[in-house]
Amino acid sequence: MAGALARIIHGSKNQLGFVGPLVAVNNGSVRFQQTKTSFGPLADSDRIFTNLYGRHDWRLRGALQRGDWYKTKEIILKGTDWIVNELKTSGLRGRGGAGFPTGMKWSFMNKPSDGRPKYLVVNADEGEPGTCKDREIMRHDPHKLVEGCLIAGAAMGAQAAYIYIRGEFYNEASNLQVAIAEAYQAGLIGKNACGSGYNFDVFVHRGAGAYICGEETALIESIEGKQGKPRLKPPFPADVGLFGCPTTVNNVETIAVSPTICRRGGSWFASFGRARNSGTKLFNISGHVNTPCTVEEEMSIPLKELIERHAGGVCGGWDNLLAIIPGGSSTPLIPKDVCETAIMDFDGLVAVQTSLGTAAIIVMDKSTDIVKAIARLIMFYKHESCGQCTPCREGVSWMNKIIYRFVDGNASPKEIDMLWEISKQIEGHTICALGDGAAWPVQGLIRHFRPELERRMAVYAAAHGPSLAERLY
Amino acid sequence: MCLVEIEGMWKPQIACAMPVAKNMKIRTNSEVAYKAQESVLEFLLTDHPLDCPICDQGGECDLQDLSMKFGSDRTRFTDIHFEGKRAVENKNLGPLIRTEMTRCIHCTRCIRFASQVCGLDVLGTAGRGGEMLVGTYVDKMFLSELSGNIIDLCPVGALTNKPYMFKARPWEINRANSIDVTDATGTNISVNYRFNRVLRVLPRENEEVNQEWLSDKGRWSIDSLDIQRLVTPMYKCNDCLVATEWDIVLKMVSKQLKCTKPFDIMAIAGPYCNAETLVATKDLLNVLGSEHTYIERNVDYSEAVVDIRASYSLNICMKNIALSDKILLVGTNPRFEAPVLNARIRQAYMFNECDVYVIGPKCEYNYHVEYVGQSVKDLSNAKKYLQNAKSPLIFVGIDQLQTPNAVTLMRELIRISNSLKKSSDWKVLNILPKEASFAGALEAGWKPGGLKAIQSLKPRVILSLGADDVFRQWSPPKDCTVIYIGFQGDSGAACASIILPGSAYTEAGGTFLNMECRSQYAQPAVSPPGKARYDWKIIRAIAEYCQICLFYTDPDSICRRLAQISPNFVSCGTCQKRLFEDLIPQLLANDSSDCVGQPFDVCMKKLKEYYCSDIYTSNSPTMVKAQKAVMKMEKSPYCHV
Repeated sequence: MAGALARIIHGSKNQLGFVGPLVAVNNGSVRFQQTKTSFGPLADSDRIFTNLYGRHDWRLRGALQRGDWYKTKEIILKGTDWIVNELKTSGLRGRGGAGFPTGMKWSFMNKPSDGRPKYLVVNADEGEPGTCKDREIMRHDPHKLVEGCLIAGAAMGAQAAYIYIRGEFYNEASNLQVAIAEAYQAGLIGKNACGSGYNFDVFVHRGAGAYICGEETALIESIEGKQGKPRLKPPFPADVGLFGCPTTVNNVETIAVSPTICRRGGSWFASFGRARNSGTKLFNISGHVNTPCTVEEEMSIPLKELIERHAGGVCGGWDNLLAIIPGGSSTPLIPKDVCETAIMDFDGLVAVQTSLGTAAIIVMDKSTDIVKAIARLIMFYKHESCGQCTPCREGVSWMNKIIYRFVDGNASPKEIDMLWEISKQIEGHTICALGDGAAWPVQGLIRHFRPELERRMAVYAAAHGPSLAERLY
Repeated sequence: MCLVEIEGMWKPQIACAMPVAKNMKIRTNSEVAYKAQESVLEFLLTDHPLDCPICDQGGECDLQDLSMKFGSDRTRFTDIHFEGKRAVENKNLGPLIRTEMTRCIHCTRCIRFASQVCGLDVLGTAGRGGEMLVGTYVDKMFLSELSGNIIDLCPVGALTNKPYMFKARPWEINRANSIDVTDATGTNISVNYRFNRVLRVLPRENEEVNQEWLSDKGRWSIDSLDIQRLVTPMYKCNDCLVATEWDIVLKMVSKQLKCTKPFDIMAIAGPYCNAETLVATKDLLNVLGSEHTYIERNVDYSEAVVDIRASYSLNICMKNIALSDKILLVGTNPRFEAPVLNARIRQAYMFNECDVYVIGPKCEYNYHVEYVGQSVKDLSNAKKYLQNAKSPLIFVGIDQLQTPNAVTLMRELIRISNSLKKSSDWKVLNILPKEASFAGALEAGWKPGGLKAIQSLKPRVILSLGADDVFRQWSPPKDCTVIYIGFQGDSGAACASIILPGSAYTEAGGTFLNMECRSQYAQPAVSPPGKARYDWKIIRAIAEYCQICLFYTDPDSICRRLAQISPNFVSCGTCQKRLFEDLIPQLLANDSSDCVGQPFDVCMKKLKEYYCSDIYTSNSPTMVKAQKAVMKMEKSPYCHV
């Protein structure tokens, strides 16, 4: 869900007057001078998630061997400002898809306290089709997340962390719960966490399987025991969040990389990737590739290289590629010619009218019925729409009806423009970004595969006579 | 639908939820805003049935108006498989509200109204996305005294008025701005009528009084106007009422009045009299030489009740109740006695974190209350709860002021309120009257305590202005003639010797003072049925037959007379400042009671007791139906779910 947030947050960044200058400072040429020109592959020594494939022990003993919980106390004792600064230096942007600078997000929490407790909420409701990075972390490296919770909590003075984990993730929740129990027993969290004098609790809350609960405010509502329906913003969760208290919602990956950033330094992290897109990132490659995988790579790695190197290439060779959805189901697809040069980072993908989202790459080769594939995604969004806002509730089911006719070609070519317009009417007219997430795949399809749509309609008309829609519309 | 463009934001914003900031540039009629609104409208219409011709909301439907405004009359939605639009099963919300959930556009206003204003979590949404349903989950009646307002709130025809179903179209209806008389709040209403028949009542917005709400009694008891209606003058002959002509009865009345010693003549006013009638009647009796003008209600804790407004009315402006932070209710349940005022208390409870304490029996309140006692004895105990309040309020039910404990009660309450007093503008102690005529009658110089007066004065002639309650507790002896002027033939008319058919509030209109002593003018809507006439004109005619000249013949001149009696009558819509309230303690009567331990009683404790609380409402078929439905609901296992 959060993947769809990308553009929303870009927008709201400008809304917050006080954010503007901060963004400018961070993005200014002073700190991030672009010197590096080639990106990837990532050296083994630079990997953060060293047990991504579960080859080693995921429990506390194994985690300690891999360097987790090393000098956590010292990091906490360095203080809030130091941690936030380190995060700012690292240029880490939210890994849930929206890409909001994490350091800045955390610094919002350091306003003078008004007596209310503060909370950290970790969004482990990884529901975006194609995305499977958080589950690997929680399955094989849960201590990274638990430690990250502690450090993030310390950075914002939070009292507790709530990890909202997707209901379907039974084994992940179970491993995470074991890791939390181990950490409590070892005195790493809880009262006087790591001996730093700081009290911090971590709770796991299991969801019930709604995609919309991955939206931060819907997630908060869900933890509070209500229907998972996004809240209106403002007030932003940093002012009024969980149980009415200041809250920060972060993705699992964002939280899990923060301890390593603090240990190895922000500048180390910033040395990967292009300016404003720094760091390493978990990429999920699925679909028509020879070896689908989740892999940690440097940001800004070219899409083609990523697929060739880690996923064994597209089935039937690169020339057999039809299109790629680069950031989870809610991002617009890009056709093969764009894929040749696309660079896997936030700005690189925005440049080709799509977005990085959760970096879940769905590869489709020429055997794919691309219209049907997108239609299936729209059906998913129709099913998951919460029903609060009219454009999303009514518009997505409208799109769903039309696009399924497009699969057979039983439609009028005029309807392509109408579909485009409907998607534009949905986009940006809803409280949360689910509407946008549903509109973008359609827009991507029309933008790049319009001839295919028209061809199908022509074929259908030749076989069955003009479509009924031609007469009705 | 309320999307607007705000400069600097890339997407249209929801106007109703966006906090305003400094230097914000908002465009409500720019192309972006219009386009956004139009597209939302288009989406709403894709699943909205095209049944406007059979929909009761047609003509006053927000969705219809917007469609007209944007003007696209062809849909782009092509349903080539003809699967049809969304269809939803209807809900049963009781005998007052009709549902047609297929028309629902999921605005959730009814849900928010129910949970915020009514304090009733009966409505909610089930399911999500296109399959979302607004409903009650289990079949459940909308158990609220303000339930009718969800009909007005509903922007489409999903919730409509059941008793008014298929009766008329909004464009055929005439409207008269009137005042509701079923309680003392002076709720502003608009009486909708056609062909000289009242069809329905809608609330009128008045931020000072009723906001935009109307109680269910005020909305639906109008069908009582057709029941047991008095339409012709009658006199009693051999225990049988005989219909006759005005001339004959007026002669009989004048003969009675002229042949009776002045101090044996008495007038007693019922709950629905307007100020014009009250003033004319008092003038008539005064000219005849009688001072015996009484209302049914008894309030006699002080010798100065009639003279000082603060001693019988709501002293705080209704809208300020929402600012209170601690409220004490003494022997009253405002939820049913004054539903519109109760909405303000609930507002304070919801948005001002107001604590509500109750001395009295357990009642159905729609906010959390703390019961701190039962009787006058517990008052000293209650004081400590209000101690630290910034703006405390005490409400006393008028019923408590006619018990033997009234003096002790008021003395104690005045002491408490004086100790809590913060500023001269904030009046702590408030009395909650129940009758629409109460404040007007006292303002006009009528005296409280009708029943007591009858028993002690033993009058020979009683002029009853729609008084019914008294005659339930007391029946006139043989030598006493009761002349009944009213519109409904119930217990009061049954024991009358002469009946003069008067008019109801929808017909006569007139000036009413609400519980704040705020004067409000009700326009007449329809003309009185049959031979019925305006009450004050009947009095005027009686005076003429008695050879007494009352110097007013038309609405203008009686208005001037009202102004002579009290300028407050004609300063419509304003709330007068309370004066001389510090004199009240000195004028308190002597304590005579020795039963201070007697617990307070409240007439309307539960919703089922609300609907049929007096003659007028219990004659209303709709109210009886509602009462029955509530009693049936109480037996249902879902009642307290």
